Amino acid sequence: MINMKNKSIDFWILTGTLSLFALVNLLFFLLGRLSFSWEGIGTMIAAGLTLAIYSFLYKDNPTFKVVENLYVGVALGYTVIITWFNALKPDLYDPLLVPLFTGKHAQYLLLVPMFLGIFMLLRFTRRLVWLSRLTFAFVIGLGAGVTIPNYIHTFILKQLEPSMRPVFYGGETLLPSINTLLILLGVISVLIYFFFSVEHKGPVGWLSRIGIWFLMISFGASFGYTVMGRMSLLIGRVIFLMRDWLGVIQ
Amino acid sequence: MRLGVSLNPNPPQADKGEANLLGRLFLIIVLMGIIQPIIPLGAAELVPPEGFRAYDTPWDGGESISLTWRVSPSESPEVNYIIYIASSPQGPWIEAMKIRSDAFYKTGALERFGFRKKSKDFHELQIDPRRYFASDKNRQAIYYFKLATARGEEFVPTEQVVSATAKGNWFNIYKINNLIIMMAFSGVVIFFIIHARRNPNLFLRKISGLDAVDEALGRATEMGRPVLFVHGLTSMGSISTMAAVNILSRIARRIAEYDAILKVVNNDPIVLSVSQEVVKEAYLEAGRPDAYNPDYVVMVASEQFPYVAAVSGIMTRERPAANFFIGYFFAESLILAETGAATGAIQIAGTDAYTQLPFFITTCDYTLMGEELYAASAYLSREPMLLGTLRAQDVGKAAIIVILFFGTILSSFGIQFVSQVFRAF
Repeated sequence: MINMKNKSIDFWILTGTLSLFALVNLLFFLLGRLSFSWEGIGTMIAAGLTLAIYSFLYKDNPTFKVVENLYVGVALGYTVIITWFNALKPDLYDPLLVPLFTGKHAQYLLLVPMFLGIFMLLRFTRRLVWLSRLTFAFVIGLGAGVTIPNYIHTFILKQLEPSMRPVFYGGETLLPSINTLLILLGVISVLIYFFFSVEHKGPVGWLSRIGIWFLMISFGASFGYTVMGRMSLLIGRVIFLMRDWLGVIQ
Repeated sequence: MRLGVSLNPNPPQADKGEANLLGRLFLIIVLMGIIQPIIPLGAAELVPPEGFRAYDTPWDGGESISLTWRVSPSESPEVNYIIYIASSPQGPWIEAMKIRSDAFYKTGALERFGFRKKSKDFHELQIDPRRYFASDKNRQAIYYFKLATARGEEFVPTEQVVSATAKGNWFNIYKINNLIIMMAFSGVVIFFIIHARRNPNLFLRKISGLDAVDEALGRATEMGRPVLFVHGLTSMGSISTMAAVNILSRIARRIAEYDAILKVVNNDPIVLSVSQEVVKEAYLEAGRPDAYNPDYVVMVASEQFPYVAAVSGIMTRERPAANFFIGYFFAESLILAETGAATGAIQIAGTDAYTQLPFFITTCDYTLMGEELYAASAYLSREPMLLGTLRAQDVGKAAIIVILFFGTILSSFGIQFVSQVFRAF
């Protein structure tokens, strides 16, 4: 009974919101605040989509579902176009397929990645599905091969380099020395926290507890920094609604 | 006009010629006093450098040519070297670089690791010819170089024209430390895998996030609701995705045993295929191949925020009892985890994206931080290979602690050997 009542309330909220949105836009077009051009219609659609996405903050509703599916569809279409213009056309169609049919010099080596790509699509067949494993083996092997040296370079050597600073700079203040010692303590204690084959008791336990403190402080700083970034994104959307659509701020 | 200054107001007539001479001498001395600060005496002549040579830069990917020449006696901070480049010996010549004459001294490869001092007898620099001839697709193209010495308006070109081709090399000596670390670590991994096979009861400390996996799956089974496994945004090349796939395999096996429903969402076609294979195999291992439904492992969107919208929709409509966010996440982490928390699901996250960890920590019940994600598959399966790898990782971390400790102490006493050996190039 309560569920039916809630559904009825939701229906009226949805109908009221959509009517209000339509009325506001109609009024804006009549008053000339929104020009009856592609730009004006685009602003109206963008405002509608923004509000529909934010309606999820109330609860899941039909407008959100429409926009969600639209968003996924647009993303798929966008990916298809990007894949064609950024990958398939410059890397396969132009250097291999066009020369093949125009009698020019073709890059036959590209047949290898082309067939690897086709093998991937063979997952949709029952008899030839095994061929797709060749492509996956290649992609995973290549991925691991490229990742491991980069991982050592980025996460070991690049991190070790600034950590091994002299403790005594010979300067007038002790602050740089304290900073170096703090970095050293932080790095070592966090590394000890991530020891899995040693029980965290005694000195190891103490050091790993210090490591957790360092981690939490860095997470707190990162959290604050990112939340500020997200706020600026929200401000961007609110400015769009208030200035470009409603025109209540300049 | 007569130039000259007489010191004596009434000079004897006989000494008139001598007085003029003295006056001119005095004027020259005065003028020299004024001019000398403007033009230093030592900078009178620009001596062009000798031994100008171009050669393919060794140990690189074929993107640069090295130029070297002997130091010239006329070098000073005011003197510059100008390097010209052309694609044919007749030109046209393009000014490629202008450098101070007291910079860019030659260094040896070994010096980069702290064994040898810089050579001050030669200059050396690398130049990327394709920066100036971007349209040139010929990898074997020969490029020509000329050198000139300049000081203000003075300009002394070197007549010699040198040439070289930028060729790629298979090996980069500057990354030898990277190779040695990889080989040493691989050796340690192999050793501990063999050790773990002989002694499968290797100790692993408790990871509370992983102990909660069974709890979450049990809850989903009791409630009759699905379990949602959300992959991160990276492809199979990413280590976190590989770890996520390993965890997915273990979860899928438990799900098959419990006869619950597992739904897997991702945004990459390769991850989709690998996930389908892994889940299918897990159901097969559990003796329930009939329970596997390929439609439950889906790619919902290929872009970041459409992926978020689709997964949020799934969470609110299907209301899974447990959500797993495993892999590398970006800005979508908070939106996904917050939506999941709003639906009342038990949530376990695992990521090595340190910028997203705070969001998972605040919105999920359990979070696997960084390396705990890699340890998870070993912890869940207790397979000797994974256990051995985990033990080897601990040895690697211990080695890093030792290197850091001694490297800092030695560099504090001016010994840079350790810090140079572990330098990234």
